[in-house]
Amino acid sequence: MKLIVLETALAAFLTSLVAQAQADVTHVAVAANFTEPAKEIAALFKQKTGHEAVLIFGASGAFYTQITHSAPFEVFLSADAERPKMAVDNGFAAPDSVFTYAIGKLVLWSRVVDVTNGEAALKAGNFQKLSIANPVAAPYGTAAVETMKALGVYDALKPKIVQGNSIAQAFQFVDTRNAELGFIALSQLHGVTAGTRWEVPANLFSPIRQDAVLLKTGANSEASKAFLAFLQGPEAKAIIEQFGYALP
Amino acid sequence: MLGMPDDIWVPIKLTIELATISTLALLVVATPLAWWLARSKAWFKEAAAAIVSLPMVLPPTVLGFYLLIALGPDGPGGVIASLWGARTLAFTFTGLVIGSIISSMPFVVQPIRNAFAAVGDRPLEVASTLRASPRRAFWTVALPLASPGLLTGAVLGFAHTVGEFGVILMIGGNIPGRTRVMSTAIFDFVETMRWREANLLAGGMVAFAFVVILAMTLLEKRFTRAGA
Repeated sequence: MKLIVLETALAAFLTSLVAQAQADVTHVAVAANFTEPAKEIAALFKQKTGHEAVLIFGASGAFYTQITHSAPFEVFLSADAERPKMAVDNGFAAPDSVFTYAIGKLVLWSRVVDVTNGEAALKAGNFQKLSIANPVAAPYGTAAVETMKALGVYDALKPKIVQGNSIAQAFQFVDTRNAELGFIALSQLHGVTAGTRWEVPANLFSPIRQDAVLLKTGANSEASKAFLAFLQGPEAKAIIEQFGYALP
Repeated sequence: MLGMPDDIWVPIKLTIELATISTLALLVVATPLAWWLARSKAWFKEAAAAIVSLPMVLPPTVLGFYLLIALGPDGPGGVIASLWGARTLAFTFTGLVIGSIISSMPFVVQPIRNAFAAVGDRPLEVASTLRASPRRAFWTVALPLASPGLLTGAVLGFAHTVGEFGVILMIGGNIPGRTRVMSTAIFDFVETMRWREANLLAGGMVAFAFVVILAMTLLEKRFTRAGA
């Protein structure tokens, strides 16, 4: 009798070991603007596959630097197309694993002035501070500068620009009303009703293609590959679209 | 200057300006505060000392976050800024000075307080028997005796302001020539993969920190010997 209990316990223990081996963990570096959809996708991913995706959020530029210094990430969801490509070119990522998972939409948002007609608001310039993400490090910052240049207001507005280190900080400056208005990602306004917004027409800036890539560290990780596959599946795509991104 | 490009030189200049102004302001505020903390017998004295020391323990993100709100249109900073028609003190040099004063305060108050405490009652009692008023005793007896502490406080305050990063990142807005100081410039250079510039500034910071610590140690030695 005792033996049977022991055997059952042993069997249960072994089964749990096997289950653990199958349910893998992957570490995913996620661009700050994709925080919310990534959380939902990771939750669904765990539910469907049993694998766990540990998400690390930050600025794509900082992530790239960390990846080149052997950061323990297996998957990189960048806010641009440039850095995943560089990761492949420089031997930090698996070639042929790059794909566009979302296309970002840029929006002008304010909690102080009316920006429903964003073009007119920018041209009138009745504000003191305009918040953008660092245009050299963050793609949404670059897109903001391109937009202002396309509208011919960049030189006039330049002295009013304040830079957030990431798109999350650009949002923070507008949300705390320290800056009257700012260019942010439409996805950041998911569930936000405050203030007024103007979705920047796509012809004013080059498309913000957000690419994902499998890093060399994850080349043999089942969970990492499964996560990237899941990201391209219909369930993930629905979430991505729902959060205000276009699909490739 | 010295053939350095503007995006290196301007942050250095700004950092020195910020540290100098903050240090002077810190000495003015911290000296009476330290005097009170060293001499007062009030029951809430240690609670006040703990509040002053908070920035030493709190992560800069906590300070930065509260400062962003306090400096903004909903906080006292917005009220002050409205005096000259601005909406916020965030993204301004003044805002950085306020942030630096708060976050460097414990590093200045502590050594000055210790120095005042070390002076003790005796010299002041002697001064008073020689008919010096308390005010005069402070200026001619306590302050000169505590001067090594003031110097230590000034050096630490200056150095800590130069090294300030988190708070400035959160309230600065990275404006060249106004709020883009050395520490945030280095961060930017690293982020944008301009490692040569990052190296130049970071190396300079290492050398600066070494000189500060060495100077502090040597000064301390000299004063202890002079005192002994």
